[in-house]
Amino acid sequence: MREKFIEFRNVSFRYGDNEPWVLKNVSFDIYKDEWVAIIGHNGSGKSTIAKLMNGLLYPQEGEIIINGLPVNDKHVWEIRKFVGMVFQNPDNQFVGTTVQDDVAFGMENRGVPREEMILRIEEVLKAVRMEEYRLTEPHRLSGGQKQRAAIAGVLAIKPEVLILDEATAMLDPRGRKEIMQTVAEIQQQSEISLITITHDLQEVVKAERVIVMNNGKVWDEAKPREIFAKKDELRKIGLDVPFVAVLADELIQNGIMIKNEPLDHDEILEELWTLHSKM
Amino acid sequence: MDITFKDVSFIYQANSPFAHIALKDVSFHIPSGSFVAIIGHTGSGKSTLIQHLNGLITPTKGEVRIGDYRIHSGKKPDSLKELRSRVGVVFQYPEHQLFDETVEKDIAFGPKNFGVPAVEISKRINEILPAVGLDENLLDRSPFDLSGGQMRRVAIAGVLAVKPEILVLDEPTAGLDPKGQREMMDMFYNLHKDQGLTTVLVTHSMEDAVKYADQVIIMNKGSKYMEGPPEEVFVQRELLNQVQLDIPEIIQFLHAFETRFGSHIPFKRQTIERLAQEISQVVKGADLRE
Repeated sequence: MREKFIEFRNVSFRYGDNEPWVLKNVSFDIYKDEWVAIIGHNGSGKSTIAKLMNGLLYPQEGEIIINGLPVNDKHVWEIRKFVGMVFQNPDNQFVGTTVQDDVAFGMENRGVPREEMILRIEEVLKAVRMEEYRLTEPHRLSGGQKQRAAIAGVLAIKPEVLILDEATAMLDPRGRKEIMQTVAEIQQQSEISLITITHDLQEVVKAERVIVMNNGKVWDEAKPREIFAKKDELRKIGLDVPFVAVLADELIQNGIMIKNEPLDHDEILEELWTLHSKM
Repeated sequence: MDITFKDVSFIYQANSPFAHIALKDVSFHIPSGSFVAIIGHTGSGKSTLIQHLNGLITPTKGEVRIGDYRIHSGKKPDSLKELRSRVGVVFQYPEHQLFDETVEKDIAFGPKNFGVPAVEISKRINEILPAVGLDENLLDRSPFDLSGGQMRRVAIAGVLAVKPEILVLDEPTAGLDPKGQREMMDMFYNLHKDQGLTTVLVTHSMEDAVKYADQVIIMNKGSKYMEGPPEEVFVQRELLNQVQLDIPEIIQFLHAFETRFGSHIPFKRQTIERLAQEISQVVKGADLRE
Protein backbone atom coordinates (compact mmCIF):
# COMPACT_ATOMS: atom_id res chain seq x y z
CA MET A 1 0.00 0.00 0.00
CA ARG A 2 1.40 3.36 -0.99
CA GLU A 3 1.82 6.04 1.57
CA LYS A 4 -0.46 9.09 1.43
CA PHE A 5 1.52 12.26 0.95
CA ILE A 6 -1.11 14.94 0.41
CA GLU A 7 -4.63 14.74 1.78
CA PHE A 8 -7.45 17.18 1.04
CA ARG A 9 -10.29 16.58 3.50
CA ASN A 10 -13.57 18.36 2.68
CA VAL A 11 -11.76 21.50 1.63
CA SER A 12 -13.76 24.61 0.70
CA PHE A 13 -12.21 27.90 -0.30
CA ARG A 14 -13.31 31.34 -1.45
CA TYR A 15 -11.38 34.55 -1.94
CA GLY A 16 -13.69 36.68 0.21
CA ASP A 17 -16.75 36.44 2.43
CA ASN A 18 -19.08 37.60 -0.33
CA GLU A 19 -17.31 35.80 -3.14
CA PRO A 20 -18.51 32.54 -4.67
CA TRP A 21 -16.86 29.31 -3.50
CA VAL A 22 -13.90 28.45 -5.72
CA LEU A 23 -13.59 25.01 -4.16
CA LYS A 24 -16.49 23.26 -2.52
CA ASN A 25 -16.01 20.22 -0.31
CA VAL A 26 -13.01 18.86 -2.17
CA SER A 27 -11.42 15.63 -0.97
CA PHE A 28 -8.64 13.58 -2.55
CA ASP A 29 -5.34 11.92 -1.72
CA ILE A 30 -2.04 12.02 -3.54
CA TYR A 31 0.45 9.27 -2.78
CA LYS A 32 4.21 9.22 -2.47
CA ASP A 33 6.06 8.94 -5.81
CA GLU A 34 2.84 9.32 -7.73
CA TRP A 35 2.31 11.42 -10.87
CA VAL A 36 -1.10 13.04 -10.81
CA ALA A 37 -2.48 15.40 -13.44
CA ILE A 38 -5.14 17.90 -12.42
CA ILE A 39 -7.28 19.13 -15.30
CA GLY A 40 -10.35 21.33 -15.61
CA HIS A 41 -11.63 24.38 -17.43
CA ASN A 42 -10.34 27.86 -16.53
CA GLY A 43 -11.90 28.85 -13.22
CA SER A 44 -12.55 25.24 -12.16
CA GLY A 45 -10.31 25.64 -9.12
CA LYS A 46 -7.13 23.92 -10.31
CA SER A 47 -4.69 26.67 -9.49
CA THR A 48 -6.34 27.35 -6.14
CA ILE A 49 -5.58 23.74 -5.24
CA ALA A 50 -1.91 24.33 -6.01
CA LYS A 51 -1.80 27.46 -3.84
CA LEU A 52 -3.46 25.61 -0.98
CA MET A 53 -0.80 22.89 -1.16
CA ASN A 54 2.01 25.12 0.02
CA GLY A 55 0.09 27.48 2.22
CA LEU A 56 -0.06 30.45 -0.14
CA LEU A 57 -3.76 30.24 0.70
CA TYR A 58 -5.59 28.59 3.58
CA PRO A 59 -9.03 26.97 3.25
CA GLN A 60 -12.04 28.38 5.12
CA GLU A 61 -13.38 24.87 5.65
CA GLY A 62 -11.80 21.45 5.78
CA GLU A 63 -8.24 20.39 6.28
CA ILE A 64 -5.15 19.80 4.19
CA ILE A 65 -2.47 17.42 5.44
CA ILE A 66 0.91 17.23 3.78
CA ASN A 67 3.42 14.61 4.85
CA GLY A 68 1.45 14.20 8.06
CA LEU A 69 1.42 17.92 8.90
CA PRO A 70 -1.70 20.09 8.72
CA VAL A 71 -1.15 23.15 6.50
CA ASN A 72 -1.46 26.11 8.88
CA ASP A 73 0.63 29.01 10.18
CA LYS A 74 2.51 26.73 12.52
CA HIS A 75 3.69 24.26 9.88
CA VAL A 76 3.72 26.29 6.69
CA TRP A 77 7.49 26.93 6.69
CA GLU A 78 8.22 23.29 7.37
CA ILE A 79 5.83 22.26 4.58
CA ARG A 80 7.35 24.62 2.04
CA LYS A 81 10.65 22.78 2.50
CA PHE A 82 9.26 19.77 0.73
CA VAL A 83 6.70 21.31 -1.62
CA GLY A 84 8.29 22.78 -4.74
CA MET A 85 6.18 24.79 -7.13
CA VAL A 86 6.73 26.20 -10.63
CA PHE A 87 4.22 28.63 -12.10
CA GLN A 88 3.07 29.54 -15.58
CA ASN A 89 4.96 32.70 -16.39
CA PRO A 90 8.72 32.11 -16.50
CA ASP A 91 9.44 35.83 -16.24
CA ASN A 92 7.78 36.21 -12.86
CA GLN A 93 9.95 33.86 -10.87
CA PHE A 94 13.53 35.03 -11.11
CA VAL A 95 15.47 36.82 -8.40
CA GLY A 96 19.11 36.00 -9.18
CA THR A 97 21.32 37.84 -11.65
CA THR A 98 22.67 34.58 -13.04
CA VAL A 99 21.12 31.15 -13.37
CA GLN A 100 23.31 29.72 -10.62
CA ASP A 101 22.52 32.61 -8.24
CA ASP A 102 18.89 32.03 -8.90
CA VAL A 103 19.15 28.33 -8.20
CA ALA A 104 21.04 29.15 -4.99
CA PHE A 105 18.36 31.55 -3.75
CA GLY A 106 15.99 28.91 -2.38
CA MET A 107 18.84 27.08 -0.68
CA GLU A 108 20.21 30.27 0.90
CA ASN A 109 16.79 30.89 2.41
CA ARG A 110 16.88 27.46 3.94
CA GLY A 111 20.41 27.84 5.27
CA VAL A 112 22.01 25.11 3.17
CA PRO A 113 25.81 25.18 3.78
CA ARG A 114 27.90 26.63 0.94
CA GLU A 115 29.74 23.39 0.08
CA GLU A 116 26.45 21.55 -0.16
CA MET A 117 24.98 24.36 -2.28
CA ILE A 118 27.77 24.10 -4.83
CA LEU A 119 27.22 20.37 -5.16
CA ARG A 120 23.49 20.72 -5.52
CA ILE A 121 23.70 23.50 -8.12
CA GLU A 122 25.89 21.21 -10.17
CA GLU A 123 23.50 18.32 -9.76
CA VAL A 124 20.21 20.11 -10.53
CA LEU A 125 21.52 22.09 -13.49
CA LYS A 126 22.70 18.80 -14.92
CA ALA A 127 19.30 17.23 -14.30
CA VAL A 128 17.52 19.95 -16.27
CA ARG A 129 20.32 20.09 -18.88
CA MET A 130 21.27 23.69 -18.15
CA GLU A 131 24.92 23.28 -17.06
CA GLU A 132 26.11 25.50 -19.89
CA TYR A 133 23.94 28.36 -18.74
CA ARG A 134 25.21 28.52 -15.17
CA LEU A 135 26.50 32.09 -15.56
CA THR A 136 23.85 33.34 -18.00
CA GLU A 137 21.51 36.14 -16.98
CA PRO A 138 18.01 34.69 -16.69
CA HIS A 139 16.45 37.28 -19.01
CA ARG A 140 18.69 36.09 -21.84
CA LEU A 141 17.19 32.60 -21.74
CA SER A 142 14.38 31.34 -23.93
CA GLY A 143 11.02 30.60 -22.29
CA GLY A 144 11.77 26.88 -22.10
CA GLN A 145 15.23 27.47 -20.63
CA LYS A 146 13.74 29.83 -18.04
CA GLN A 147 11.27 27.18 -16.93
CA ARG A 148 14.06 24.62 -16.72
CA ALA A 149 16.10 27.01 -14.59
CA ALA A 150 13.04 27.58 -12.39
CA ILE A 151 12.60 23.83 -12.00
CA ALA A 152 16.30 23.52 -11.09
CA GLY A 153 15.84 26.12 -8.36
CA VAL A 154 12.96 24.13 -6.94
CA LEU A 155 14.77 20.79 -7.19
CA ALA A 156 17.75 22.24 -5.32
CA ILE A 157 15.69 22.40 -2.14
CA LYS A 158 15.07 18.66 -2.52
CA PRO A 159 11.29 18.76 -2.47
CA GLU A 160 9.26 15.62 -1.98
CA VAL A 161 6.54 16.89 -4.26
CA LEU A 162 6.96 18.99 -7.38
CA ILE A 163 3.90 20.97 -8.51
CA LEU A 164 3.86 22.38 -12.05
CA ASP A 165 1.00 24.87 -12.33
CA GLU A 166 0.58 25.23 -16.11
CA ALA A 167 4.35 25.57 -16.19
CA THR A 168 4.54 24.69 -19.88
CA ALA A 169 1.54 26.74 -21.07
CA MET A 170 3.60 29.62 -22.42
CA LEU A 171 6.13 27.46 -24.24
CA ASP A 172 6.08 26.26 -27.83
CA PRO A 173 5.26 22.58 -28.43
CA ARG A 174 8.90 21.50 -28.63
CA GLY A 175 9.85 23.36 -25.44
CA ARG A 176 6.87 21.79 -23.73
CA LYS A 177 7.87 18.28 -24.74
CA GLU A 178 11.47 18.77 -23.59
CA ILE A 179 10.45 20.08 -20.18
CA MET A 180 8.07 17.20 -19.63
CA GLN A 181 10.71 14.65 -20.60
CA THR A 182 13.14 16.22 -18.16
CA VAL A 183 10.56 16.29 -15.39
CA ALA A 184 9.46 12.70 -16.01
CA GLU A 185 13.08 11.50 -15.76
CA ILE A 186 13.64 13.42 -12.56
CA GLN A 187 10.45 12.06 -11.06
CA GLN A 188 11.50 8.48 -11.77
CA GLN A 189 15.06 8.89 -10.54
CA SER A 190 14.41 10.84 -7.38
CA GLU A 191 11.11 9.23 -6.43
CA ILE A 192 9.19 12.40 -5.75
CA SER A 193 5.50 13.00 -6.25
CA LEU A 194 4.63 15.05 -9.29
CA ILE A 195 1.49 17.11 -9.70
CA THR A 196 0.93 18.69 -13.10
CA ILE A 197 -1.88 21.18 -13.50
CA THR A 198 -2.38 21.40 -17.22
CA HIS A 199 -4.53 21.61 -20.33
CA ASP A 200 -1.98 19.69 -22.38
CA LEU A 201 -3.37 16.28 -23.22
CA GLN A 202 0.07 14.80 -23.82
CA GLU A 203 0.95 15.58 -20.22
CA VAL A 204 -2.31 14.14 -18.94
CA VAL A 205 -1.88 10.88 -20.83
CA LYS A 206 1.49 10.25 -19.15
CA ALA A 207 0.21 10.70 -15.60
CA GLU A 208 -0.69 7.71 -13.45
CA ARG A 209 -3.90 9.26 -12.27
CA VAL A 210 -6.03 12.23 -13.28
CA ILE A 211 -8.17 14.43 -11.07
CA VAL A 212 -10.79 16.28 -13.12
CA MET A 213 -12.09 19.51 -11.58
CA ASN A 214 -15.35 21.13 -12.62
CA ASN A 215 -16.90 24.21 -11.00
CA GLY A 216 -14.90 23.83 -7.81
CA LYS A 217 -15.66 20.15 -7.29
CA VAL A 218 -13.87 16.91 -8.01
CA TRP A 219 -15.73 15.69 -11.09
CA ASP A 220 -13.82 12.46 -11.50
CA GLU A 221 -10.64 10.76 -10.38
CA ALA A 222 -9.23 7.82 -12.37
CA LYS A 223 -6.51 6.55 -14.70
CA PRO A 224 -6.10 8.56 -17.95
CA ARG A 225 -7.55 5.70 -19.98
CA GLU A 226 -10.71 5.62 -17.91
CA ILE A 227 -11.06 9.40 -17.98
CA PHE A 228 -10.71 9.69 -21.76
CA ALA A 229 -13.31 6.96 -22.29
CA LYS A 230 -15.86 9.57 -21.14
CA LYS A 231 -15.41 11.74 -24.20
CA ASP A 232 -18.81 13.33 -24.52
CA GLU A 233 -19.01 14.17 -20.83
CA LEU A 234 -15.50 15.67 -20.89
CA ARG A 235 -16.42 17.89 -23.80
CA LYS A 236 -19.51 19.05 -21.95
CA ILE A 237 -17.39 20.37 -19.12
CA GLY A 238 -15.11 22.22 -21.54
CA LEU A 239 -12.25 19.73 -21.84
CA ASP A 240 -10.56 18.20 -24.82
CA VAL A 241 -10.12 14.58 -25.78
CA PRO A 242 -6.97 13.18 -27.43
CA PHE A 243 -6.96 12.61 -31.20
CA VAL A 244 -6.65 8.81 -30.85
CA ALA A 245 -9.65 8.65 -28.53
CA VAL A 246 -11.80 10.52 -31.06
CA LEU A 247 -10.47 8.37 -33.89
CA ALA A 248 -11.28 5.18 -31.93
CA ASP A 249 -14.89 6.32 -31.58
CA GLU A 250 -15.18 7.10 -35.27
CA LEU A 251 -13.67 3.73 -36.18
CA ILE A 252 -16.26 1.98 -34.04
CA GLN A 253 -18.91 3.87 -36.03
CA ASN A 254 -17.39 2.30 -39.11
CA GLY A 255 -17.64 -1.19 -37.70
CA ILE A 256 -14.02 -1.46 -36.53
CA MET A 257 -14.43 -2.71 -33.00
CA ILE A 258 -11.68 -1.04 -30.96
CA LYS A 259 -11.95 -2.61 -27.53
CA ASN A 260 -9.33 -0.85 -25.42
CA GLU A 261 -9.45 2.92 -25.06
CA PRO A 262 -6.17 3.86 -26.81
CA LEU A 263 -3.85 6.52 -25.35
CA ASP A 264 -1.33 6.87 -28.16
CA HIS A 265 -0.72 6.07 -31.83
CA ASP A 266 1.06 2.77 -31.10
CA GLU A 267 -1.80 1.41 -29.06
CA ILE A 268 -4.47 2.11 -31.64
CA LEU A 269 -2.27 0.89 -34.52
CA GLU A 270 -1.51 -2.31 -32.63
CA GLU A 271 -5.21 -2.99 -32.19
CA LEU A 272 -5.98 -2.12 -35.82
CA TRP A 273 -3.25 -4.49 -36.96
CA THR A 274 -4.63 -7.33 -34.85
CA LEU A 275 -8.10 -6.77 -36.29
CA HIS A 276 -6.68 -6.55 -39.80
CA SER A 277 -4.83 -9.86 -39.42
CA LYS A 278 -8.04 -11.62 -38.44
CA MET A 279 -9.99 -10.31 -41.41
CA MET B 1 -6.39 44.64 -48.55
CA ASP B 2 -3.52 42.49 -49.69
CA ILE B 3 -0.10 42.38 -48.07
CA THR B 4 3.22 42.14 -49.90
CA PHE B 5 6.70 41.87 -48.40
CA LYS B 6 9.50 42.52 -50.87
CA ASP B 7 13.01 41.58 -49.69
CA VAL B 8 12.29 42.88 -46.22
CA SER B 9 15.13 42.88 -43.71
CA PHE B 10 14.98 44.29 -40.24
CA ILE B 11 17.95 44.88 -37.96
CA TYR B 12 17.51 45.88 -34.35
CA GLN B 13 20.00 48.51 -33.21
CA ALA B 14 21.57 48.68 -36.66
CA ASN B 15 25.07 50.20 -36.91
CA SER B 16 25.83 49.44 -33.29
CA PRO B 17 27.75 46.62 -31.62
CA PHE B 18 24.36 45.20 -30.54
CA ALA B 19 23.00 44.93 -34.09
CA HIS B 20 20.75 41.94 -34.38
CA ILE B 21 19.23 40.74 -37.65
CA ALA B 22 15.61 39.84 -36.93
CA LEU B 23 14.37 39.50 -40.53
CA LYS B 24 16.42 38.66 -43.56
CA ASP B 25 15.21 39.17 -47.16
CA VAL B 26 11.66 38.10 -46.49
CA SER B 27 9.28 38.15 -49.47
CA PHE B 28 5.71 36.89 -49.70
CA HIS B 29 2.28 37.89 -50.91
CA ILE B 30 -0.95 37.54 -48.97
CA PRO B 31 -4.00 38.04 -51.20
CA SER B 32 -6.89 40.08 -49.87
CA GLY B 33 -9.42 37.95 -47.97
CA SER B 34 -7.09 35.07 -47.17
CA PHE B 35 -6.37 33.51 -43.79
CA VAL B 36 -2.65 33.06 -43.25
CA ALA B 37 -0.89 31.27 -40.40
CA ILE B 38 2.65 32.31 -39.50
CA ILE B 39 4.53 29.62 -37.63
CA GLY B 40 7.99 29.47 -36.16
CA HIS B 41 9.94 29.16 -32.95
CA THR B 42 10.49 31.84 -30.40
CA GLY B 43 13.06 34.11 -32.03
CA SER B 44 12.17 33.11 -35.59
CA GLY B 45 11.10 36.64 -36.49
CA LYS B 46 7.32 36.22 -36.29
CA SER B 47 6.72 39.15 -33.96
CA THR B 48 9.08 41.45 -35.85
CA LEU B 49 7.26 40.52 -39.03
CA ILE B 50 3.81 41.44 -37.76
CA GLN B 51 5.03 44.73 -36.30
CA HIS B 52 5.65 45.81 -39.90
CA LEU B 53 2.01 45.32 -40.78
CA ASN B 54 0.79 48.51 -39.16
CA GLY B 55 3.97 50.51 -39.33
CA LEU B 56 5.09 50.01 -35.72
CA ILE B 57 8.50 49.44 -37.25
CA THR B 58 9.76 50.13 -40.75
CA PRO B 59 12.01 47.76 -42.69
CA THR B 60 15.76 48.37 -42.58
CA LYS B 61 15.79 47.20 -46.19
CA GLY B 62 13.09 46.37 -48.69
CA GLU B 63 9.43 47.33 -48.90
CA VAL B 64 6.16 46.41 -47.26
CA ARG B 65 2.94 47.07 -49.17
CA ILE B 66 -0.42 46.99 -47.43
CA GLY B 67 -3.09 47.72 -50.03
CA ASP B 68 -1.97 51.06 -51.47
CA TYR B 69 0.27 51.93 -48.52
CA ARG B 70 3.99 51.55 -48.99
CA ILE B 71 6.39 51.32 -46.12
CA HIS B 72 10.04 51.67 -47.07
CA SER B 73 13.27 51.63 -45.20
CA GLY B 74 13.29 54.56 -42.80
CA LYS B 75 10.12 56.08 -44.24
CA LYS B 76 6.71 55.55 -42.74
CA PRO B 77 3.70 56.34 -44.91
CA ASP B 78 2.31 59.87 -44.48
CA SER B 79 -1.03 58.45 -43.52
CA LEU B 80 0.17 56.11 -40.79
CA LYS B 81 -2.90 56.77 -38.67
CA GLU B 82 -5.18 55.80 -41.52
CA LEU B 83 -3.18 52.61 -42.09
CA ARG B 84 -3.56 51.74 -38.42
CA SER B 85 -7.30 52.19 -38.59
CA ARG B 86 -7.34 49.57 -41.33
CA VAL B 87 -4.94 47.07 -39.76
CA GLY B 88 -6.10 45.84 -36.36
CA VAL B 89 -3.52 44.05 -34.23
CA VAL B 90 -4.46 41.82 -31.31
CA PHE B 91 -1.22 41.39 -29.38
CA GLN B 92 -0.40 38.54 -27.03
CA TYR B 93 -2.38 38.68 -23.80
CA PRO B 94 -4.34 41.73 -25.03
CA GLU B 95 -6.25 41.84 -21.74
CA HIS B 96 -3.13 43.36 -20.17
CA GLN B 97 -3.83 46.49 -22.20
CA LEU B 98 -7.28 47.18 -20.77
CA PHE B 99 -7.31 50.39 -18.77
CA ASP B 100 -10.63 52.22 -18.78
CA GLU B 101 -13.35 52.44 -16.13
CA THR B 102 -15.97 50.50 -17.99
CA VAL B 103 -16.08 47.87 -20.70
CA GLU B 104 -17.94 50.29 -22.96
CA LYS B 105 -15.35 53.07 -22.60
CA ASP B 106 -12.54 50.62 -23.18
CA ILE B 107 -14.03 49.32 -26.41
CA ALA B 108 -14.81 52.87 -27.57
CA PHE B 109 -11.26 54.14 -26.97
CA GLY B 110 -9.86 52.98 -30.30
CA PRO B 111 -12.60 54.23 -32.65
CA LYS B 112 -12.83 57.51 -30.67
CA ASN B 113 -9.12 58.10 -31.30
CA PHE B 114 -9.69 57.56 -34.98
CA GLY B 115 -12.44 60.18 -34.97
CA VAL B 116 -15.45 57.90 -35.25
CA PRO B 117 -18.60 59.78 -34.09
CA ALA B 118 -20.16 58.63 -30.79
CA VAL B 119 -23.40 57.48 -32.41
CA GLU B 120 -21.49 55.29 -34.84
CA ILE B 121 -19.38 53.89 -32.00
CA SER B 122 -22.44 52.75 -30.04
CA LYS B 123 -23.83 51.18 -33.17
CA ARG B 124 -20.59 49.29 -33.72
CA ILE B 125 -20.44 48.16 -30.11
CA ASN B 126 -23.92 46.71 -30.43
CA GLU B 127 -22.85 44.74 -33.47
CA ILE B 128 -19.54 43.56 -32.05
CA LEU B 129 -20.70 42.33 -28.64
CA PRO B 130 -22.60 39.28 -29.94
CA ALA B 131 -19.81 38.56 -32.44
CA VAL B 132 -17.22 38.29 -29.65
CA GLY B 133 -19.63 36.53 -27.31
CA LEU B 134 -20.02 39.25 -24.68
CA ASP B 135 -23.27 40.11 -22.95
CA GLU B 136 -24.64 43.66 -23.20
CA ASN B 137 -25.05 43.98 -19.44
CA LEU B 138 -21.26 43.86 -19.06
CA LEU B 139 -20.88 47.27 -20.73
CA ASP B 140 -21.13 49.22 -17.47
CA ARG B 141 -18.87 46.87 -15.53
CA SER B 142 -15.22 47.48 -14.89
CA PRO B 143 -13.18 45.32 -17.28
CA PHE B 144 -11.05 44.30 -14.31
CA ASP B 145 -13.98 42.51 -12.66
CA LEU B 146 -14.34 40.11 -15.56
CA SER B 147 -12.87 36.65 -16.02
CA GLY B 148 -9.69 36.28 -18.06
CA GLY B 149 -11.56 35.01 -21.11
CA GLN B 150 -14.07 37.86 -20.95
CA MET B 151 -11.30 40.44 -20.54
CA ARG B 152 -9.63 39.13 -23.65
CA ARG B 153 -12.91 39.41 -25.57
CA VAL B 154 -13.27 43.04 -24.47
CA ALA B 155 -9.77 43.82 -25.73
CA ILE B 156 -10.56 42.13 -29.05
CA ALA B 157 -13.84 44.05 -29.31
CA GLY B 158 -11.80 47.24 -28.95
CA VAL B 159 -9.70 46.28 -31.97
CA LEU B 160 -12.74 45.25 -34.01
CA ALA B 161 -14.59 48.49 -33.17
CA VAL B 162 -12.14 50.31 -35.41
CA LYS B 163 -13.46 48.13 -38.29
CA PRO B 164 -10.10 46.98 -39.62
CA GLU B 165 -9.80 45.27 -42.98
CA ILE B 166 -6.76 43.30 -41.89
CA LEU B 167 -6.80 41.52 -38.55
CA VAL B 168 -3.46 40.44 -37.10
CA LEU B 169 -3.61 37.93 -34.24
CA ASP B 170 -0.53 37.15 -32.15
CA GLU B 171 -1.20 33.84 -30.39
CA PRO B 172 -4.73 34.87 -29.49
CA THR B 173 -5.61 31.69 -27.57
CA ALA B 174 -2.55 31.51 -25.27
CA GLY B 175 -3.56 30.69 -21.71
CA LEU B 176 -7.17 29.74 -22.49
CA ASP B 177 -8.59 26.31 -21.73
CA PRO B 178 -9.33 23.98 -24.67
CA LYS B 179 -12.97 24.99 -24.96
CA GLY B 180 -12.06 28.67 -24.70
CA GLN B 181 -9.42 28.17 -27.39
CA ARG B 182 -11.87 26.51 -29.75
CA GLU B 183 -14.53 29.15 -29.17
CA MET B 184 -12.05 31.98 -29.68
CA MET B 185 -10.69 30.53 -32.94
CA ASP B 186 -14.19 29.81 -34.26
CA MET B 187 -15.09 33.40 -33.41
CA PHE B 188 -12.13 34.75 -35.42
CA TYR B 189 -12.94 32.45 -38.30
CA ASN B 190 -16.55 33.63 -38.42
CA LEU B 191 -15.45 37.27 -38.29
CA HIS B 192 -12.96 36.54 -41.04
CA LYS B 193 -15.70 35.17 -43.27
CA ASP B 194 -18.58 37.45 -42.35
CA GLN B 195 -16.58 40.66 -42.65
CA GLY B 196 -14.35 39.60 -45.51
CA LEU B 197 -11.20 40.24 -43.45
CA THR B 198 -7.65 39.39 -44.34
CA THR B 199 -6.45 37.50 -41.29
CA VAL B 200 -2.85 36.94 -40.21
CA LEU B 201 -2.54 34.46 -37.35
CA VAL B 202 0.72 33.93 -35.47
CA THR B 203 0.48 30.56 -33.78
CA HIS B 204 2.35 27.58 -32.34
CA SER B 205 -0.61 25.35 -33.03
CA MET B 206 -0.21 23.28 -36.16
CA GLU B 207 -3.73 22.00 -35.56
CA ASP B 208 -5.17 25.52 -35.80
CA ALA B 209 -3.12 26.23 -38.92
CA VAL B 210 -4.49 23.09 -40.57
CA LYS B 211 -8.04 23.89 -39.52
CA TYR B 212 -8.30 27.56 -40.43
CA ALA B 213 -5.52 28.75 -42.74
CA ASP B 214 -5.51 28.87 -46.55
CA GLN B 215 -1.80 29.62 -46.53
CA VAL B 216 1.03 28.87 -44.11
CA ILE B 217 4.31 30.74 -43.79
CA ILE B 218 7.01 29.01 -41.74
CA MET B 219 9.68 31.32 -40.35
CA ASN B 220 13.12 30.20 -39.20
CA LYS B 221 15.94 32.40 -37.87
CA GLY B 222 14.51 35.51 -39.49
CA SER B 223 14.00 34.00 -42.94
CA LYS B 224 10.98 32.57 -44.68
CA TYR B 225 11.58 28.83 -44.54
CA MET B 226 8.49 27.41 -46.22
CA GLU B 227 5.27 28.72 -47.68
CA GLY B 228 2.14 27.20 -49.18
CA PRO B 229 -1.24 25.66 -48.46
CA PRO B 230 -1.24 23.61 -45.21
CA GLU B 231 -1.81 20.31 -47.01
CA GLU B 232 1.42 20.85 -48.96
CA VAL B 233 3.58 22.35 -46.22
CA PHE B 234 2.75 20.01 -43.37
CA VAL B 235 3.44 16.78 -45.22
CA GLN B 236 7.12 17.73 -45.55
CA ARG B 237 8.13 16.10 -42.34
CA GLU B 238 11.88 16.12 -42.92
CA LEU B 239 12.03 19.84 -43.66
CA LEU B 240 9.90 20.71 -40.65
CA ASN B 241 11.94 18.43 -38.39
CA GLN B 242 15.11 20.17 -39.46
CA VAL B 243 13.83 23.35 -37.82
CA GLN B 244 12.45 21.46 -34.81
CA LEU B 245 8.82 21.93 -35.73
CA ASP B 246 6.34 19.14 -35.22
CA ILE B 247 3.84 18.15 -37.83
CA PRO B 248 0.12 18.10 -37.01
CA GLU B 249 -0.94 14.98 -35.15
CA ILE B 250 -3.18 13.66 -37.94
CA ILE B 251 -0.21 13.66 -40.34
CA GLN B 252 2.02 11.97 -37.75
CA PHE B 253 -0.62 9.32 -37.46
CA LEU B 254 -0.86 8.85 -41.23
CA HIS B 255 2.90 8.24 -41.34
CA ALA B 256 2.75 5.70 -38.54
CA PHE B 257 -0.20 4.04 -40.25
CA GLU B 258 1.70 3.77 -43.51
CA THR B 259 4.71 2.23 -41.77
CA ARG B 260 2.51 -0.38 -40.13
CA PHE B 261 0.07 -1.20 -42.94
CA GLY B 262 2.11 -0.28 -46.01
CA SER B 263 -0.90 1.68 -47.25
CA HIS B 264 -0.61 5.35 -48.01
CA ILE B 265 -3.61 7.48 -47.04
CA PRO B 266 -2.96 10.98 -48.40
CA PHE B 267 -3.48 14.02 -46.19
CA LYS B 268 -6.07 16.32 -47.65
CA ARG B 269 -7.24 18.16 -44.53
CA GLN B 270 -9.82 15.44 -43.96
CA THR B 271 -11.92 15.34 -40.81
CA ILE B 272 -11.30 12.55 -38.28
CA GLU B 273 -14.67 11.16 -39.38
CA ARG B 274 -13.48 10.86 -42.98
CA LEU B 275 -10.11 9.51 -41.85
CA ALA B 276 -11.86 6.75 -39.90
CA GLN B 277 -13.74 5.69 -43.06
CA GLU B 278 -10.49 5.53 -45.03
CA ILE B 279 -8.73 3.55 -42.30
CA SER B 280 -11.58 1.11 -41.92
CA GLN B 281 -11.42 0.33 -45.62
CA VAL B 282 -7.73 -0.57 -45.33
CA VAL B 283 -8.23 -2.58 -42.16
CA LYS B 284 -11.09 -4.51 -43.73
CA GLY B 285 -8.72 -5.42 -46.50
CA ALA B 286 -9.98 -3.24 -49.33
CA ASP B 287 -7.41 -2.46 -51.97
CA LEU B 288 -6.91 1.28 -52.03
CA ARG B 289 -4.66 1.36 -55.05
CA GLU B 290 -6.37 2.98 -57.95
